[in-house]
Amino acid sequence: MANFKTLAKREEKYKKFESGHSLCEGCGLPIAVRTILNSIDGSVVASNATGCLEVATTRYPTTAWNIPWIHNAFENAAATISGVESAYRSLKRKGKLDGETTFVAFAGDGGTYDIGLQSLSGALERGHKFLYVTLDNGAYMNTGIQRSSATPKGASTTTEPAGKVTYGKERQRKNLTEIVAAHEIPFVGQASISNLTDLSDKVEKAVAKDGPSFLNVLSTCQLGWRVPPSDAVNIAKKGVETCYWPLYEVDEGKYEVTYEPSEKLPVEEWLKPQKRFAALFKTGNEEILKEIQEDVDRDWKRLKAKASL
Amino acid sequence: MSNGNRQVLTGHQVVANAMRQVDPDVVAAYPITPQSEIVEYFSKFVADGKVDSEVITVESEHSAMSACVGSSAAGARTMTATASQGLALMLEIVYIAASMRAPIVMTVANRALSGPINIHCDHSDSMAARDSGVIQIYGEDAQEAYDFTLMAQRLAENEDVLLPVMVTLDGFTLTHTAQVAELLPDDTVTDFVGEYEPLYPLLDVDNPTTQGPFDMPDYYFEHKLQQVEAMNNVPEKFLEVQEEFSDLSDREYSGLFESYRLDDADYAIVLLGSTAGTAKVVVDELRDKGKKVGLLKPWMFRPFPAEEMKEALKEKEAVAVFDRSLSFGSSGPLYLEVSSALSHEDNKPRLYNYTYGLGGRDIAEGHIAEVFEDLENPDLESKMHYINART
Repeated sequence: MANFKTLAKREEKYKKFESGHSLCEGCGLPIAVRTILNSIDGSVVASNATGCLEVATTRYPTTAWNIPWIHNAFENAAATISGVESAYRSLKRKGKLDGETTFVAFAGDGGTYDIGLQSLSGALERGHKFLYVTLDNGAYMNTGIQRSSATPKGASTTTEPAGKVTYGKERQRKNLTEIVAAHEIPFVGQASISNLTDLSDKVEKAVAKDGPSFLNVLSTCQLGWRVPPSDAVNIAKKGVETCYWPLYEVDEGKYEVTYEPSEKLPVEEWLKPQKRFAALFKTGNEEILKEIQEDVDRDWKRLKAKASL
Repeated sequence: MSNGNRQVLTGHQVVANAMRQVDPDVVAAYPITPQSEIVEYFSKFVADGKVDSEVITVESEHSAMSACVGSSAAGARTMTATASQGLALMLEIVYIAASMRAPIVMTVANRALSGPINIHCDHSDSMAARDSGVIQIYGEDAQEAYDFTLMAQRLAENEDVLLPVMVTLDGFTLTHTAQVAELLPDDTVTDFVGEYEPLYPLLDVDNPTTQGPFDMPDYYFEHKLQQVEAMNNVPEKFLEVQEEFSDLSDREYSGLFESYRLDDADYAIVLLGSTAGTAKVVVDELRDKGKKVGLLKPWMFRPFPAEEMKEALKEKEAVAVFDRSLSFGSSGPLYLEVSSALSHEDNKPRLYNYTYGLGGRDIAEGHIAEVFEDLENPDLESKMHYINART
């Protein structure tokens, strides 16, 4: 597996993703994108759903991408890359193209969990050889922090805000990683910008598969989570250490927890530093906090059970 | 030169054969209700090894056009086919295909948009796409649908154009009825369409391109004007392709519309698609009775041949424009175009708008003859007229 040195060397040799883009300080997206692209040895073609990553990296006439990159619309990063990958196979079969290329689709949680789910599901079922990466920051951050089905329970967003009579989002988030795993594709993984070796290992496994693969990457949005930019990585780490966001993979159907915290922290350690959860710590919302802890414990137990099979 | 092969085929089969002969690298399509059989016939050609295309059996028309954009940007010759609700669903991405200058050729079997759900012919589906930036060509019969599908390939990929082209044929009337059509030999088509050489393929990994970037107010307008310029180049390029195709096929195409006994006519009907066949019979019958009537059938609706049409119609006494779709709260889309084309003429003909055939409603010779009779009446009301409808 590639270590940081190897990744850094690859980036030094060819910078697939340039600096100078306009993503926020403390944004998790470029951390994830650089790690993912540097973990792929060789040429990469990427599609990108509408969102922060697309807007902040390709303001015409500038681009941060030194690889072939295509943006089509919000909900169709998977369908778009499936067209590119089909063109690649067709042109290679007809002898009009040489070489090996890896295909990656990048999308946020809104572009995947919500409006892009059908497009993703179809592309996975059709078996295109590509890696789909969801950069999950838990809301529509690009357009002003609106709720998505990835928004965690208890988070305040602009479309389901905490108010005098509400504490924020009432429903638990959709478990996208498990929805994708149900497609029984060769590789599914959950990773975080706080554990880059783990992320890199998963990318290497994913792109080596002869078929679709998927990664759900927890990515801090300092604006939406309301944390200091300097804490971006530490906060994501709390998500992992509390088992709110377990790091695991499903490799050819086999579940494995790829990182187990030495001490599973209480979920409050993840919630408290983020001002989006502030209402949960007001008197009267103790029950909600308890429910969130119970949700995390239940999901963690279920995951461990799957991994023990 | 021709040496064509005359066959009895449905419109769907004819178009599927045109696609087989074009041999696109990628076809992406979805069978929405109402479904077009074109992709079924084409998929059978693939299954039988008669064509070497990659077929992407997507999970929606939205993904069909999305995959087509990806494939076309990648540098592959790309086609799709759709109808009705499918076109409505993919419309968001048709705009993007045009703005990304993707030379995708798509066939539309014209069928009514819901609601109520209907599945029969009218032009509400393709008219909904008229401002998307796609070139639109309407066929009168299976032969024209075949011929235009082949010509569309050359037009779309012309470096001065590089736009998606929509070739339409009337649902059921043309798609499901068997007609005689002459198919060109396979190698004639291969030579005619030639090799596709994309300018900036995404798959050129040594020369990476960023496609579909974000435009702020400082560039968006100019990028739209580039589309305008490309669209403005279409008529001339279409005429060039027509000339070449006419030589190959021994079928005469030379214009953005067909004029039928129009030159000396006092009264004219303007309409799109298969109803032209019925209208020609009526024109012939009335001509036999000494009536000076004629027909103008646009082949190309986008770009709209306003100048040429003005010249063809400005001396007429009266003109009836037939629309097979509604623009609620306004006149029909074809009427508005014709009316606009004639707007600066001092002695322009009396102009009337007739809506017909919605949701597959029949239109017969008698209905068309009645309209010609209407046109002789200088006091005819200029309200919207509805043909064969219970008003």
